[in-house]
Amino acid sequence: MSPLTLTTEGDRFVVVTRHFDAPPKHVYRAHVEPEVIAQWILGPDGWSMPVCINEARPGGRIRYEWTDGNGNGFYLTGEFIELVPFTKLVHIERMHLPDPTPDNHIVTTFEKDGEGTLLTMRMTLPDTATREAMLATGMADGMEMSYERFERLLAEMFAAK
Amino acid sequence: MLASDATFAALADPTRRAILTRLARGEATVTELAAPFDMSQPAVSRHLKVLEAAGLISRRIVGSTRPCRLEMGGLDNLEEWLAVMRATFEANYRRLDSLLATMHSPIPPHTHPYKDPLP
Repeated sequence: MSPLTLTTEGDRFVVVTRHFDAPPKHVYRAHVEPEVIAQWILGPDGWSMPVCINEARPGGRIRYEWTDGNGNGFYLTGEFIELVPFTKLVHIERMHLPDPTPDNHIVTTFEKDGEGTLLTMRMTLPDTATREAMLATGMADGMEMSYERFERLLAEMFAAK
Repeated sequence: MLASDATFAALADPTRRAILTRLARGEATVTELAAPFDMSQPAVSRHLKVLEAAGLISRRIVGSTRPCRLEMGGLDNLEEWLAVMRATFEANYRRLDSLLATMHSPIPPHTHPYKDPLP
């Protein structure tokens, strides 16, 4: 079973939680040090982040650029709003696909969870058009609506009826 | 909620869901769609009108036939987006697990070197 949860909260928010077997200090660092970020915020296999700017201070700039090595790519810009070392990050980000998506306000918290860390990320749920643009980045390749997925989707939709 | 009320109402009928499932395999004509059902072509055509109005299918004209195809845009893309996000976060966090296992000496955050801005 995956320790990741990703759920919608109403029709405005998405909440992600994940446990890590490392102290909050280390998980926090992995979210603010560019050298570390560029090694893990990558998406599907084969994608890389050749540019990673992450100025971890209030007002600091964020810029991540991704490429799949086959001519597909996009970038993200943002600004930090609040940083509570090893505890909490608040930032705004937008993806450029290439038109900028609406600003996404993201609160990330790092809580001690036994010997490890509970990461909670609360972000804005993008609207339908933004989701469509994100799905078209190429990150969704290989996840097209197959016949099997469509049948399962219909079954799920009516399971509660 | 996955779909609008109109879409959901169109999907509430089992025959219409069966028609959509058939169309997920590829384009089909009314005759082809009517074949597996004990139903007249006019009856199938009425279902197709409902599905078309809900934006779940589209039809084009080829000679004397009007083949139908599935329009996935008729379904809200939320489920697909969530699935992609889940897969993306999972892949990222697995990489992070491996990195965290190698991190032993915390560096004070104010000493982080920043890369130069882009030209």
